[in-house]
Amino acid sequence: MKKFRHLFELRENISKRAYIWLGAGFIFLLLVLWQTVTGLGLIRPLFLPPPSAIFTEAVRQIQEGILYVDASSSIYRIVMGWGFATLFAVPIGFLMGNFKFFEGLFEPFIDIVRYMPVVALIPLTILWAGIGDFQKFLILFIGTFFQQVLMIMDNVKQVPKNLIRVGQTLGLSRFEILRSVVLPASMPGIWDTFRITMGWTWTYLVVAELVAADNGLGRRIMDAQRYLATETIIFGILFIGLLGLITDYFFKITGNFLFSWTKGR
Amino acid sequence: MSKPIAIDSVSKSFATKEGSLLVLDKFSLNVAPGEFVSVIGSSGCGKSTLLKIVGGLLPATSGTITVNDNIIDRPGLDRGFVFQSYSLFEWLTVKKNILFALKKSRLSGKEKESLTLQFIEEVGLKGFENAYPQELSGGMKQRVAIARALVYKPEILLMDEPFGALDAQTRGMMQELLLRVWEKHKTTVLFITHDVEEAILLSDRVIVMSSRPGRIKLERSVTISRPRNYETTTSNDFVAIKRELLESIRQETMQTPGLL
Repeated sequence: MKKFRHLFELRENISKRAYIWLGAGFIFLLLVLWQTVTGLGLIRPLFLPPPSAIFTEAVRQIQEGILYVDASSSIYRIVMGWGFATLFAVPIGFLMGNFKFFEGLFEPFIDIVRYMPVVALIPLTILWAGIGDFQKFLILFIGTFFQQVLMIMDNVKQVPKNLIRVGQTLGLSRFEILRSVVLPASMPGIWDTFRITMGWTWTYLVVAELVAADNGLGRRIMDAQRYLATETIIFGILFIGLLGLITDYFFKITGNFLFSWTKGR
Repeated sequence: MSKPIAIDSVSKSFATKEGSLLVLDKFSLNVAPGEFVSVIGSSGCGKSTLLKIVGGLLPATSGTITVNDNIIDRPGLDRGFVFQSYSLFEWLTVKKNILFALKKSRLSGKEKESLTLQFIEEVGLKGFENAYPQELSGGMKQRVAIARALVYKPEILLMDEPFGALDAQTRGMMQELLLRVWEKHKTTVLFITHDVEEAILLSDRVIVMSSRPGRIKLERSVTISRPRNYETTTSNDFVAIKRELLESIRQETMQTPGLL
């Protein structure tokens, strides 16, 4: 055991290779465990089909073109829902973070709405927006906006007051300070909020496609429930997870590139 | 032009849960052109508040401050400010940080550029023009902040414990650097610190503030000849002044309940 002692030093780093192998190994272990219990027939395929069945399902969906149609309409909804939320959350959150006036104006209202269960708003959104794509955007918007706007307000508040004071002593107007000091200073934080909230938007996808959707990754999962097609459900969940992970990395990598000056922090 | 800074019975109180807290009590001080004045005092005595009021970053509750006979009610380009926290724009390089201060200047782009490079050289940052603040040490960051506060040639430089966050060696170097730069530009300086030696080494005059509410407890002119450097700090004159100031601060601390 002495050999592995260095892997368990308190708060000390381990080699990057070991770090990656650990994460990959754990997932591999879960897969092996999954294959074993299903292969030995310990669990009926209705409850948990073997990994190979999920793989077959993936191949089927790709070959029949279902996956492409589902994924593209879901991604379209995500981009629109999250995009609209962000379009409003950035300016409103920015104003709330900089001016107590706007914080006082909006925060109580936002705090009330953000605790409302999004699922319970489905009937209302149908009443207001019909059953087309717009209703899906609306659900994703509601699920995202009210959290995002408060996080952006916090990002803005993280900008040290002395930085604003420097702008003042250099004779800049309020608008110039907001544009040339507060905005660039808060951008890395806001970008990170984009990353996190995009993840939340993905989690609301199934809720958004619950009603009157012809296609979509979430819709596919809900349909599969009716036919007890467990492998379709599990594949759908895993695929949404994968897309979420990819968008997460997209924001991480672009963030590192755009805000390289934060390196070494 | 006789009094670049005239602080006339300035009081400042803050509203707290326990009621109004008086931080500055009818504080008056005049600073002559080109004079280097330090204000020392224990934490919470209102010295930073005083500087912020002179900088126009905080309104006074009563009293007036004039800079060249103009009443101060907002920040202006006649006063440069250096904060204790480095307060650099981390998304800009050293050069662009300093150029930023010339945003409101009517100079041509070329003149701004050469002025910026001149100040980068004066604070000893040649070769670091394109470095980002994250890549710099604390002392180097504060050099950028000093260059940024001086590049637009304000008549007055306000410094709020600028070297407070630096280690002893770096601090000594920065004090000598500031002396060199100041002797060259002869800017009027109001300098806040709690370091007695720093105050004596740099200043023409040292003001000791009483604990809250801040008043002037002692005023001591420092006539030690210039140019000064770290050797000055061991001279007899220096030590005598230091003893006097320390005694005054000690008295103040002993009299104030809750400070010990």
